[in-house]
Amino acid sequence: MISDLLSMTVLVGILASGIRLATPYLYAAIGETFGQRSGVLNLGVDGQMLMGAFTAFYVAIKTGNLWLGILSAMVAGALMGLAMAFVTVNLHAEQGISGIGFYLFGLGLSDLLFQKLLGTVETVKGFPKIQIPFLSDIPVVGEIFFRQNVLVYIAFALVPVAWFILNKTTLGLKIRAVGENPEAADSLGVSVARIRYFTIILGGTLSGVAGASMSIALVNVFQQNMTSGLGFIAVALVYFGAWRPWGVLAGALLFSLVNSLQLWIQVLGIPIPSDIAVMMPYILTILVLVATVSRVRAPSALTKPFERGD
Amino acid sequence: MADSNILPSGHTRIDDLEMREITKIFPGVLANESVDFSVHAGEVHALLGENGAGKTTLMKILYGLYHADEGQILLNDKPVEILSPTDAISQGIGMIHQHFMLVESLTVAENVALGLRSSREPLTDLDKVSERILELAKIYGLIIDPSAYIWQLSVGQQQRVEIIKALYRGAALLILDEPTAVLTPLEVDEFFSIIRDMAKDGHGLIFISHKLHEVIDISDKVSVLRDGRKVGTYQTKDATKADLARWMVGRDVDFRPEIEKVELGEVRLEVIDASCRSNRGTPGLENVNLEVHSGEILGIAGVSGNGQRELAEVITGLRDITGGRIELDGADITKLPPIDRTDRALSYIPEERMKDGMIKNFTVAENLILREHHKKPFSNGGILNLKAIASHSADLITNFQIKTPSQETPAKSLSGGNIQKVVVARELSREPRVIIAAQPTRGLDVGAMEYVRERLLEERKSGTAILLISEDLDEIFALADRIAVIFEGQIMGIVGREEATPEKLGLLMAGVKEGV
Repeated sequence: MISDLLSMTVLVGILASGIRLATPYLYAAIGETFGQRSGVLNLGVDGQMLMGAFTAFYVAIKTGNLWLGILSAMVAGALMGLAMAFVTVNLHAEQGISGIGFYLFGLGLSDLLFQKLLGTVETVKGFPKIQIPFLSDIPVVGEIFFRQNVLVYIAFALVPVAWFILNKTTLGLKIRAVGENPEAADSLGVSVARIRYFTIILGGTLSGVAGASMSIALVNVFQQNMTSGLGFIAVALVYFGAWRPWGVLAGALLFSLVNSLQLWIQVLGIPIPSDIAVMMPYILTILVLVATVSRVRAPSALTKPFERGD
Repeated sequence: MADSNILPSGHTRIDDLEMREITKIFPGVLANESVDFSVHAGEVHALLGENGAGKTTLMKILYGLYHADEGQILLNDKPVEILSPTDAISQGIGMIHQHFMLVESLTVAENVALGLRSSREPLTDLDKVSERILELAKIYGLIIDPSAYIWQLSVGQQQRVEIIKALYRGAALLILDEPTAVLTPLEVDEFFSIIRDMAKDGHGLIFISHKLHEVIDISDKVSVLRDGRKVGTYQTKDATKADLARWMVGRDVDFRPEIEKVELGEVRLEVIDASCRSNRGTPGLENVNLEVHSGEILGIAGVSGNGQRELAEVITGLRDITGGRIELDGADITKLPPIDRTDRALSYIPEERMKDGMIKNFTVAENLILREHHKKPFSNGGILNLKAIASHSADLITNFQIKTPSQETPAKSLSGGNIQKVVVARELSREPRVIIAAQPTRGLDVGAMEYVRERLLEERKSGTAILLISEDLDEIFALADRIAVIFEGQIMGIVGREEATPEKLGLLMAGVKEGV
């Protein structure tokens, strides 16, 4: 049975769905990267994703317009981010605890809204696969990379964009400075609060899209806690990727491929207990974090509220 | 250059800056009370005062970090509002903070560019910035590599980056907040010559300090602050060190206390052939031999990082010894853990008082019993005796003149001098037989420094053996009976107080043995 995994069709299948499954990780983890580079650890990603997933699903079902769904998911995520920014930047709340609060809030509210507004499990016709002309015809490669839905392409395009913003723009310079030494940035007239508001809201927006990418592109349903902790893995991926977009991409691919592998193991009926298979990505998270965390240095001001000295 | 009002950096000179009747109140503290202060192009104006006298507050108001409750600021006789550092910068005022405001993980050019409009927004223009940095560096004689990361630079180089950062932003007037605190003596000399050149070129410079000899060295004028009020402004050339100290502290200060002759007693502490490793794994100490007698202060002089820390830690048991022995009152304590050494009346005033000398979130009372907490009367069978602790700390607060709102105040909220008094009170009140005092007065203001030195001399008189580790030669000369010079983990020589001259010690500190 194990040999089934080695057939060409299955390998291509594993890789193709691995690429697809990386989508929510990428949106969420790239968003989280911006937050953490500016010194804010947002543990509420999963809650923001659930809100995004529900909002996109609901709007898409009611209007039949998937892009409107994406847009509303972005707004929902941004609003969650705004609240997080207020609590952590203005009220100087402990970031870890308030993030968990926002996670639970998003988890509860998305389910409540689902029960009140929809009640039954429905499916939506999600984003279709787009075959990129010519590229999708390349054997193997085309099937793996170029027959995906639009959100997958955008997610991968986000990686170089994020890298460019962080490293080549004045905004990125400010974000990095605020995350390393907010006092220094402040003394040069950079508004620490404004930068952190921006990154947290951006993170929320992208988390919203991450959720939407699940509910209206990947699985095309909404159900309670459908992310099942994926947002937390996204946070871990930021550490794994050493706060760099390309590192985050590598991490996202690693996890989604393992995830895809375990799905195929179940599909093919390979006799590994499904519980063990499902655990694989999570165990991998822990192992990888243990192996990498001591190797890299986090932004110095990560999790530290900023207040002008007195 | 004198007749033009353009600085070499291309920016306009600030001929006069005046702060009038500045008052600033923090909850419960009057930080500045109706202070007048002014500075003119081409002069170095020192702002002198003890810690907490209100120097930094006044300058943070000028730089827009704080807002004055009353008073006004005039620039070339015109009133200006400075509400933020951005306002200050746009008026040509730059500030170099005591703790550098640099982002270590960024390059020099990135640190300079931070917060400025780029010529190709939204992209950075680091090449252009680097060019301009090199240009400024050339004009002002500040050698720096724009592409170096801050963490790669020495403290002196980092300070140059700070100066360039200010010049780049068009600073005509520079506020220097205790700029020498972190520099080595050689770096101080270089820094002073940069300051002099900048003044000559028409910059105005404000030099905040509590170090009298530096103020005398570098400034043209000096304003003295005490308890938030200005004592006066004087021409530096007319003032002596004793004058400045009196204005600053409000009474006469004794810099070289009389040292009474004390009969040398038995050897209390003996370090025999001690070796250990440094934190980096390199040799920290190599075959060090020392003995300290009852009633004696043995000074350890040397440039920072030559094994002083290792020596203190090997004696107190905080660092593993790799060879040799330590004897206390003739008993071998080499293998004893720190607490057993403590219990044999070994006291330790560590170099990093906030980190190693106390627990900053603990109250003053708790910090005062840290070393004795496991003993009666402070605890019995593991239960703390709060009454005994309270009365003990009340005694020490009075006896050691610790200024604290209450004994329940967290130690971290005291001033630097009072924090050190807490450590000194704890270590001296337990009738020590041997004291290891590492940099006991570093960073303290004159009053606290004088106090700590007097207490150490009292201990000496009562027969305690004291090992005084200090990078401040003045302090070694003021207190030590004998002086051992440490260099790269080895004792280069031990000289008596009478034969010791700065030249002789300087050579040893540089690793040159006598007769070579």
